[in-house]
Amino acid sequence: MSESRDQRLEYYVSTAENGSSHREVFAPSSFERRKAVVEQVAKYTFLCMVILLVLPVVTLLGYLLVKAWPALSFSFIFENPTNHMTAGGIWAPLIGTFFLVLLSLAASAPVGILAGIYLNEYARDNWLTRIINLGVVNLAGVPSIVHALFGVGAFVLFAGMGRSLLAASCTLAVMTLPVIITSTREALAAVPMSFREACWNMGATRWQTIRTIVLPNSISGILTGVILQVSRAAGETAPILFTGAVVYARVADHGLRSFFPYGLGDRCMALSMHLYTLSTQVVDVPDEVLYGTAVVLIGLVLAVNSLSIGARIYLRSQKKW
Amino acid sequence: MHSKPTLSFVEFFGSQHWRPTSYYNPQYGIVALLLGTASVTALAMILAVPLGLGAAVYVSEFCSGKWKETLKVVIELLAAIPSVVWGFVGIMVFSPIILGLTGASSGINLLNGGIILALMSVPIIVSVGEDALKAVPDSYREAAISMGANRWEIVYRVLFPAAKNGLLAAVLLGVGRAIGETMAVLMATGHADSIPRSLVDPVCTLTATIAAELGEAPKGGDHYRVLFVIGILLFVIAMIINLVADLVVKGTRGEQNV
Amino acid sequence: MDAHISFDNVRVSYGGKTALRDVSLEIPRNRIFGIIGPANSGKTTLLKCINRTIDFEPTAKVEGIVSVGGEDVYKIRNVYELRRQVGMVFPLPVGLPLSVYENVAYAPRRAGIYDQAELDELVERCLRQAMLWDEVKQRLDMLGTKLSGGQQQRLTLARALSHRPRVLCLDEFSIAIDPVTTMKIEDVLLELKNEMTIVLVTNLVQQAHRLADNTAFFNDSRLIEVGETEKIFSAADEDLTRRYVTGAFG
Repeated sequence: MSESRDQRLEYYVSTAENGSSHREVFAPSSFERRKAVVEQVAKYTFLCMVILLVLPVVTLLGYLLVKAWPALSFSFIFENPTNHMTAGGIWAPLIGTFFLVLLSLAASAPVGILAGIYLNEYARDNWLTRIINLGVVNLAGVPSIVHALFGVGAFVLFAGMGRSLLAASCTLAVMTLPVIITSTREALAAVPMSFREACWNMGATRWQTIRTIVLPNSISGILTGVILQVSRAAGETAPILFTGAVVYARVADHGLRSFFPYGLGDRCMALSMHLYTLSTQVVDVPDEVLYGTAVVLIGLVLAVNSLSIGARIYLRSQKKW
Repeated sequence: MHSKPTLSFVEFFGSQHWRPTSYYNPQYGIVALLLGTASVTALAMILAVPLGLGAAVYVSEFCSGKWKETLKVVIELLAAIPSVVWGFVGIMVFSPIILGLTGASSGINLLNGGIILALMSVPIIVSVGEDALKAVPDSYREAAISMGANRWEIVYRVLFPAAKNGLLAAVLLGVGRAIGETMAVLMATGHADSIPRSLVDPVCTLTATIAAELGEAPKGGDHYRVLFVIGILLFVIAMIINLVADLVVKGTRGEQNV
Repeated sequence: MDAHISFDNVRVSYGGKTALRDVSLEIPRNRIFGIIGPANSGKTTLLKCINRTIDFEPTAKVEGIVSVGGEDVYKIRNVYELRRQVGMVFPLPVGLPLSVYENVAYAPRRAGIYDQAELDELVERCLRQAMLWDEVKQRLDMLGTKLSGGQQQRLTLARALSHRPRVLCLDEFSIAIDPVTTMKIEDVLLELKNEMTIVLVTNLVQQAHRLADNTAFFNDSRLIEVGETEKIFSAADEDLTRRYVTGAFG
C-alpha cells in the first residue's frame, strides 16, 4: 500500500516539475480504476437481482392476464358459476368476499382504532401495557392457518356460531385487528409530542387535544392502514376455509336477493376460496375461467393496495409541519 | 380446549409415521411434517435471502429518486399478492415448467414449493432489509466517502457490519413468513406422507397438513386434537421467531451509541 | 385566584432521580421573578409544578405543597382551570398545525367562547400584545407551522395570553430565536408585569439581570439563594451564587 503511495507521490511531483497540466494530479491510478470496476460490477449484480425478482413476476402477471382475457367481461363478474362451476361467472364468490370484508372490518376497524388511540394516548407505561403491546405485535405475525384454528375453536365451536358468514367474519376480524392497532399507533406517534404539550399547557384535556389536533392530523395515516387490511382480508383463504366459506352455495341470479344472498348464519362462497376450489377440486375447468378468477382476485387486491399507496404518497406531499 | 390427546410426547416428535386415518393403528408422528416444513423453507431461503438482500442493497444505496419510489411501490405490491394466487401459479405455471425441465413424475413438489415460497418471502426481506440499511446514520456514509470509498466499499465495509442486526432480523422475518405459509404450500407441494428424498419429491408441511385434514377429521377425535396441537406448535414457532427478531434488532440499538 | 405563588418544602423525583430537593420559595405578585442556574438544576421541573403539567410525566412524584393564589394546586377542583390561569412559553417555538387565527383562538374555543366578534377581538388583542399582529394581520389563515422561529415563539406567547392568565411562565424562551425577536419579547414582558406575575427561567444570566425584579439561583436541584436581583448580582450571600453570576461555571 505504502509502496504504491510513494510511487504515486513521485509521479505527481515529477509531473508537476515537468509542467504538466494539473488535470493529471487527479488522474486515477490503477488501484482506483480497479475499485471503480468492482463498484460497477457490484452495482450491476444487485441490479440483476432486482430484475430477477421483478421481471418474472411482472411477466407472470402478464401471462395470467393474457390467458384470462377471453373470459373477462361484464357478465363474468355478474353471473353466478354454472355447470358445476366449470362455466359462468364469479358473482356468488365475489359478493361473498364483499360481505366478509365488510363485516370483518366493521368490527376490527373501530375496535382497532380506538385501541390504538388508547394505547398511544392514554395508557401508562406499566407491565400491563407492555404485555398488551407484546401480544399485539406477536398476534400480527401469526400464520393464517393458526387464525383458522382459533376461529374454529372460538367462534364455530365455543360461541356456537357454527360454520357461517358470521364466524368467518369474526375470524378475519381477529386477523386484521392487531395490524390495525399497530398502524394506528404509528400514525398517532407521527404527530409530534410538542403539539400535545402546547395544548395541555393551555388547559385542554387529553380528549380535547386528541379531537382537535392529534386525530385530524393522523386520520389519513390511520385510514391508509385500514385500507391495506381490506385487501388482506379479501385475499386470505385459510382463515375462512373452515369457519364459513363453502365450495358452492346457490345464490339468486337476479334481483335484490342476488345482492344480499347470505344471511349471517349461512355459509358463503368467497373469491379466494373459489380460486382454490377451481384449481384443486373441480375437473375440466376451462383455462379462461380459472385464470379469469385469479385475475379478478389479483386485480381487486392490487387495486385496493394501490389506493392505499396512492393515498400515502398524496398525504406525504400535504405535510403540515 | 382442543388439545392434548392421549399421545406420548416421544411419539409425536419422534415418529416418522403420519397415518392419522389408518383404521387400526393411527399414528401421529410429525417428523415427516417437520422435515417437510424445514426443507421447503430452507430451499426458499437459499433462493430468497441473496436475492432479497441484494435487492435491498440496490434499492437503498444504488438507486434514487423516481426509480427508488417506483421500485419500493412494486415490492410492496408484490407483497400484497394473496397466498392462494401464488399456489395457483405454482400449479398452473411452474408445475408444467418443472415437468418439462426435469422429467419428474409430478410438478407438484418440493422444488415448486421452494420457488413459490422464495417469491413470497423476498418482499419482506427487501422491505425490512431496506429499513435496516436506512437506519444506519448518514454520517457513517459521509465519513466513508470523505475517505475515498466508493458505493460498493461503503456497502461492504460500512453498512453490512453496521446493519447486520437489522438484516438478520429481515431474514428471520422472511423465514417466519415461509414457515407460516399455508395455501401456497398446500397447492404447490401436494400432500404426501413421506420424507422427501429429492428436490422433485412431493412434500408435506405442518401448515398444509392442518389445512388439508381439518375438514375431514372427525370433531373431537384424536386426529382433530392433534391438528390443533400442530397449530399450537406453529404459533409457538412463529412467536419465537418474532421475539428473536425483535431481540436482534434491539441489540442494534444497544450497541449503536451514536 | 391571586397570583402569589409559593413552594413549601417541595421535593420532586422522576423514578429514582431527584429533580428538586426541599425547595421553599415565594414568588411575589406582579413582578418578574427570574430563575437562573446551570442545566439540570430543576428549573423546568419547578415550572411544571406550577401548572401541574408535571402530571403528564409518567414517573414523577411531587411532595410538599405548591400554592397558587393561596390554594394548594393539588387540592384545586379543576386542574384545567388552573392551567388556564397559568400561561407557558417553551424553549422551542411551537406553532400548532392550524391557521394563525385558530392558534390563538384555540384556548378560548376550548373554554366555550364561540362568538365570532369576541374571538376576532381576542385574537387581535393577543397578537398585538405579543408584537406579532403587524406581521401576520394580512395572513391570519396561514398555517402556524409555516411561520419563522421567532414568529412562532411570539405566536406561543399570544396563545399563552389568549386564556387571560394571572401567571406567565417562560422557560428559556430565547434560546432558539434571533436577538431582535428576543428584545421585542423582553419589552412585552416589562409591560405585562403590570397585569400578571411573570416567572422567567433563563440560562442567560444577563437576561435575568435586565428583566427580573427578584432572582432565585438553583444548582443541582436545590435552591441556593433568592433575593432582589441587584443583590444577587452584586453582593450575593452564597459563594456559589457569586461564582455563577460572574460566569465562573455553568
